[in-house]
Amino acid sequence: MFVDVCQHTLDINGYQNRLHEHSTNAGAIVTFCGLVRDFNHAGCIDGIHLEHYPGMTEKALNQLLCAANTRFDLLNAGIVHRVGDIANHEVIVWVGTSAYHRQAAFDGASYMMDMLKQSVPLWKKEYQGGRGVWVHKKHTDELAAMKWLQEASGTKESR
Amino acid sequence: MITVRAFAQVREVTGEDTFTLSLSTPTATVSEIKELLSQRSALWREVLESGVLCAVEQAVSDDNTLVSDGTEVAFFPPVTGG
Repeated sequence: MFVDVCQHTLDINGYQNRLHEHSTNAGAIVTFCGLVRDFNHAGCIDGIHLEHYPGMTEKALNQLLCAANTRFDLLNAGIVHRVGDIANHEVIVWVGTSAYHRQAAFDGASYMMDMLKQSVPLWKKEYQGGRGVWVHKKHTDELAAMKWLQEASGTKESR
Repeated sequence: MITVRAFAQVREVTGEDTFTLSLSTPTATVSEIKELLSQRSALWREVLESGVLCAVEQAVSDDNTLVSDGTEVAFFPPVTGG
C-alpha cells in the first residue's frame, strides 16, 4: 500500500508497476487518473493550483487507503496526489487497486476517489482571466460519497 | 499558546497564515477559540460566520473539542481535491 503527495509530474507507469509488483495472484488491477480539464462553466482556464495541509493530507490519504483495503479486501492499493501549480491536461491524482476479482478492484478505486473528494484536506483553485478562483464543493461529489456511506450502513454487500 | 493555521480562502480572507494565540485558561473549546478569533479581527469574524471546518492536531474536530497549550488548530473551507 502506498500514498504520496508530490509537487512534480506523476509517474503513472511507475505507480502501476509498483502496484503490480505487490499483487500476487491478483485477477484484476484497476487504475484511475484525474486530469486538469481546460475549461469550467465560465469558459477556458489556465491550469489550477492545489493547496494541501502538510501532515494532515498524508494522514487522510492513508486512512482512506486503509478503509478501502478493509472494505473491499484489496491485495494492494495506492493513491498519489499532486499539489502546487498544475497545467491543463496534466495528471492531478492517480489511484490504483488490485484484487482477486475485478468488482472489488473497480469498487475500491471508485470508493477512494469519491471519498477523497469529501475527506482529504486539499483545496483547488482555477486560474482564469488572469486570476485564481477557488473551486466550491459540488453536490454531485457529496452524493457520490453519501452512496458509499449509505451502502456501508445498509444491507451487507454481495459482490 | 496555541498555533493557529489557516488554509485556502480562510487564509486569503483573514490575511493570516500561521500565528500563535494565548489562552487565558489551561484549556479551551474550539468554540471559545473561534470567539477569540472573532475578537481578533472583523475578517476572522466574517470567515467564521461563513462556515469553516476545523482540525485540532490534524484531526477533524467540532466546536466541543478541547484545545490546550501547544496544540495546533487549523481552519479551512470544505475540501475540493481530486
